[in-house]
Amino acid sequence: MIRGAVRLPIADLARTEPGLPVTVAGRVTSVVSNEWRIEDVTGAVLAHPERPEAASAIALGAWVFAEGTWTGTVLDEARLSEVHSPEAPFPRMSGEWVRLHRDGRRRLRMLSTRAAVLRSVRRFFDEREFLEVETPLAVPSPGLDLHLDAFSVGHAKTERWLITSPEYQMKRLLAGGLERIYQICRCFRRGEVGTHHQPEFTMLEWYRALEDSDALMRDTESLVAAAAMDVLGTTCLRTEGHAPLELGPPWERLRIDEAFERYAGVSMDSVLPDEDRFFLILTEQIEPQLGGTRPVFLTHWPASMASLARVLPGPPPRADRFEAYVRGVELCNGFGELVDATEQRRRLMADQQARQSKNMPVYPLDERFLSALEEGVPPSSGNALGIDRLVMLLSGATDIDDVVTFSDARL
Amino acid sequence: MYDTSDIRKNLKVLLDGQPCVCVDFQFVKPGKGQAFTRTKFRNMISGNIIERTFKTGEKLDKADLEVRQMKYLYPEGDRYVFMDQESYDQIPLTADQLGDGRFYLVDEMPVEVLLWNDRPIGVTPPTFVELRVVETDPGFKGDTSTNTLKAAKMHTGCTVQVPLFVNEGDLLKIDTRTGEYVERVRK
Repeated sequence: MIRGAVRLPIADLARTEPGLPVTVAGRVTSVVSNEWRIEDVTGAVLAHPERPEAASAIALGAWVFAEGTWTGTVLDEARLSEVHSPEAPFPRMSGEWVRLHRDGRRRLRMLSTRAAVLRSVRRFFDEREFLEVETPLAVPSPGLDLHLDAFSVGHAKTERWLITSPEYQMKRLLAGGLERIYQICRCFRRGEVGTHHQPEFTMLEWYRALEDSDALMRDTESLVAAAAMDVLGTTCLRTEGHAPLELGPPWERLRIDEAFERYAGVSMDSVLPDEDRFFLILTEQIEPQLGGTRPVFLTHWPASMASLARVLPGPPPRADRFEAYVRGVELCNGFGELVDATEQRRRLMADQQARQSKNMPVYPLDERFLSALEEGVPPSSGNALGIDRLVMLLSGATDIDDVVTFSDARL
Repeated sequence: MYDTSDIRKNLKVLLDGQPCVCVDFQFVKPGKGQAFTRTKFRNMISGNIIERTFKTGEKLDKADLEVRQMKYLYPEGDRYVFMDQESYDQIPLTADQLGDGRFYLVDEMPVEVLLWNDRPIGVTPPTFVELRVVETDPGFKGDTSTNTLKAAKMHTGCTVQVPLFVNEGDLLKIDTRTGEYVERVRK
C-alpha cells in the first residue's frame, strides 16, 4: 500500500516554497541523534523528526515515506509512515545499494550513459530509415567460427543454441527484400570473460543491401561520432591517462598487411601459415598501437579469416572484412557479405571439419540460411559493433563490469 | 597443473622454476581469433614483475609452497618478525614480501607463512582481522551529499572505505582478501 499523498522527488524540494507541507520517500541512509538523512534517486534531504526521540527508533537503511514541513533547508516536524526496515545491517559492502552509490554514485552515471548511448544509436538508424528488427536468440546453428563456443539451450523437441551473432537470420531478411536493417541484441559466447568480454553481451548489428563495405565504415564513423556528441557534447575524448582521441570522421583505413609491417616489422603473409603466431602478433604488438588518437579500420583481412565475407579480387587472397580499433580495443567487425550459396556451403563444411579435428562441438549447417542464399541475398554489407565497448569508450570505464547491470561474476 | 581458465589474482604458479603470484591478468581475443590470457606475475623471491601471454588452454605448473603456522610478533625497521609456533625460530619478512598482508598484522596474530625451499617468501593473514580506526572525518550531521561511504585510516596504515557512522577509535572487522570493511565490532 503506497500512501495517496503526492510524493515529491527530493531534488524538487530546491524549487519548493518554504513553509509548505511536503511528502518525500526514500531510504534512511543516516541516523544521528535528532536527524535522518533520506535519500531517493534524485538526491538526499535531512529530516528532523516531530518527536526527537523517534530518530533513533528507525533502522538505518529503512525505506520510508516522510511527511513534514519544508523549511527551505530541512524537512521539519517529519512523521514517517510505510516504514520497511531491512533485515540485514545497512550498508552492506557487497550489497546493491553500496555498489550503485559508492564513489559519488559512479555506477548510476555509467548506467545512465549506457541508456543515452542506446537512445543515440536507435535515433541514428531511425533517422536513416533503417528498420529495427528482432531475430531469435535460440537457433538451430549458432555459427561455425572456429574460435567461438556456443551455449546449448537443451534438447527439447529440436536442439537449439544461443546465437553468437544474429547474422544468419538477418541475412535471410535481406533475401526477403529488406534493404536497411539493424538490431540491438544479446549474443552469447562461452568462456569469454575479461575486462572487455562477457559471455553474454550486447551487439549492434546492421546491414545495407546493395551497398559496399565502405558505406558501412562511413556509418560506423558517423554513428560513433554522433553518440559521442549526444552523450558528451564533443567528438574529442579526453580521458585521463590517454592521449586526446578524435572520434569524428574520417577514421584511418589501414590494410592489415601494412599494419603488420608498420607495427610489428614482419610480413603478414610470412606468419600466416602459423595462425597462433598471427594472432599473438596481432594482440601483443599491433592492437595496443591502434587507434590512440584517431580510430582506425583494419581492412583486407586474410581470406582464410572471414568465413562469411566475400573475397576481394586478388591476388593475394584477401577478404572484404574490416575491423575498427579504438585505443587498442576492437570495436566492430564488418563484411562485404558473401552471397554465393555454393561457396558459403563449402566454407561452412570446411569449418565443421576444422571444428571436428580440434574436438570442438560441431554445430549443424543452418539450411534455411543457405537456402536464402540460394534464393538470392542481394550484394550487401554488414557490421557488428559491441555496444558495451562503445559505452566503455564514452564513459571512460576500464572494465566491462562497469557498464553492464550484472556481469557474469555477479550472478 | 592449472590451465589458463584458472588464472586469477593471487594464483601461485611456477614460472621458469620460480614461485610467482599473479598480480594482474586480462583475457584478450584479437579479431575473432585465438584467445589469449595476458598476465603479470610477481616473482615471490626477487619481487620482479614478469609479463607473459598464454594461449587459451596452455598449462601452468603449481607452485608447491610449504605452509607453516607462525605468530606475528612485532615490526623491526622495515621488517616484520614472525615466530614459528613449533620451533620458536624467529623469521623476518620485508614489506615487499608481505605485500598488502602487512596491513593486516595485529600483534600476536597467527598467520600462515609460505616457504619455498625452507625460505619464507610470503604470508597469508586470517580471512578476517579486526583493525582500529585512527583517522576519519567526523559524522555527517547536516550532510546532504549522497555519499554512502567515507575513507578511514586504520592503525596498521591502510585506508578502508567505511559507512558514515564509523568513528575514530572504532574496531572494524576487515576482509583481508578484498581489503573491505565487513562490520563494526562492538567491544
